Amino acid sequence: MEKKADRVIITVVGKDTVGIIAKVCTYLSNNRINVLDISQTIVQDFFNMMMIADIGSSSKPFDICSKELAQIGQEIGVAVKCQREEIFDKMHRI
Amino acid sequence: MTNIWEVHETNKMIEQENLDVRTITLGISLMDCIDSDLERLNQKIYDKITATARNLVSVGAQIEQDYCIPIVNKRISVTPIALVGSAACHRKEDFVTVAKTLDAAAKEVGVNFIGGYSALVSKGMTRGDELLIRSIPEALKVTDLVCSSVNLGSTKTGINMDAVRLMGEMIKETAERTKEHDSMGCSKLVVFCNAPDDNPFMAGAFHGVTEADAIINVGVSGPGVVKTALSKVRGENFEVLCETIKKTAFKITRVGQLVAQEASRRLGIPFGIIDLSLAPTPAVGDSVAEILEEIGLEYAGAPGTTAALALLNDQVKKGGVMASSYVGGLSGAFIPVSEDQGMIDAVKAGALTLEKLEAMTCVCSVGLDMIAIPGDTSASSISGVIADEMAIGMVNQKTTAVRIIPVIGKGVGETAEFGGLLGYAPIMPVNASSCEAFIKRGGRIPAPIHSFKN
Repeated sequence: MEKKADRVIITVVGKDTVGIIAKVCTYLSNNRINVLDISQTIVQDFFNMMMIADIGSSSKPFDICSKELAQIGQEIGVAVKCQREEIFDKMHRI
Repeated sequence: MTNIWEVHETNKMIEQENLDVRTITLGISLMDCIDSDLERLNQKIYDKITATARNLVSVGAQIEQDYCIPIVNKRISVTPIALVGSAACHRKEDFVTVAKTLDAAAKEVGVNFIGGYSALVSKGMTRGDELLIRSIPEALKVTDLVCSSVNLGSTKTGINMDAVRLMGEMIKETAERTKEHDSMGCSKLVVFCNAPDDNPFMAGAFHGVTEADAIINVGVSGPGVVKTALSKVRGENFEVLCETIKKTAFKITRVGQLVAQEASRRLGIPFGIIDLSLAPTPAVGDSVAEILEEIGLEYAGAPGTTAALALLNDQVKKGGVMASSYVGGLSGAFIPVSEDQGMIDAVKAGALTLEKLEAMTCVCSVGLDMIAIPGDTSASSISGVIADEMAIGMVNQKTTAVRIIPVIGKGVGETAEFGGLLGYAPIMPVNASSCEAFIKRGGRIPAPIHSFKN
């Protein structure tokens, strides 16, 4: 079982286009980041995807992954954000 | 497990509603730096601050990146310098050297402000206290990051009217010394009644003598988040209104708690308190006045403003207290004029006066904050305004403060420009009747009857 501290939330927001999930997932698999959950929806005409991922056995540290994912997002014209899960946990759970 | 709607809500707060952590303030005790030799004192202060706060800014940036939450300011507060410096400082110029040391240390570690150029004189002034107070105008002129505060009264001790009179003069002199920048020196100078020891917000932050060697205090923010939440319950009754504020305050504070705990863990410095204050900025949508408008007022200052502010302040506390293990500092809604676009608009529209602001300070922290007044206002009138505000704090057993800026060379109808987080302020009229004979009396106002609880 993954440690809670290793769990990150990756969000992708932007105009829907071909291959968004593929690009992000390729990066994750290349860097041995395990995807635990994926959900997606449309909010105000925007494509919203959220992944829960485990970076516990990642080959790169969090800050590098975060920057590289943001860069991939830029290339395909969507905003990719990487955050540690605790902030959501704290805000929405008592 | 975290779901997409929660993630969306949190990120919307951060990206669109200006949710941020306003400040991580590292409190540092300088008691162990006390020395009778001025040079040694300065060296010890510099060494202690730079050693303790070495990683503050980088750790702050790391936390920002981990959670994608902006941490707007990283700051330092220190033991009131009047206490630390009195053994070595025999002239006011000596105290100014300490201010310069604080400034240099703050610049070295990269923080935005350093607070604690302070004196606690609620009952009487020592020689060191008085020298420090008299050195404030020069200290604020020659430094960039140093903030100064003076505690002039408390519920337990009454109000030190000699110090109130002196501070009226010092505020005037500080304004004069920084007149080429719209008397901006006064924006770094605040006077208090019942000053808290663990306030993370500037200009009033200092590290109280009852505190540990070093401590992390965090100030959260988020007027924009509260406003957006309230826009969804327009027309609903007070029960719904209050519940909405409470729930929102809970969420905001939890983020502050997380950041505080992380900062504490990563720096190896104990966590002190979360300050629950709703702190506005000049950015549109980050305004306490706009919350009051959302509650149902045309402008802040309209009849009903004090009641609306009272309920806002109370609900923020009720929601916030449960979200944090330790709450302290000022913890209330801030109502600065220059730092809040809605307040500025209300003043310009003629809806908000100095007198109404004074009434509002009875039900919220902190006091008359960032208010620009005509440069020709007399020192005794400024002292009178301070005395009124101190009396409100003393009688109501709460913190009150005055940060007022007599803008030299400008009058009512003109605007003072401070820039950045400090914003700009329309100059407000002050009641022209004199209180000189009252301020001249000297001595102190005795403690109120309800302070005798023993």
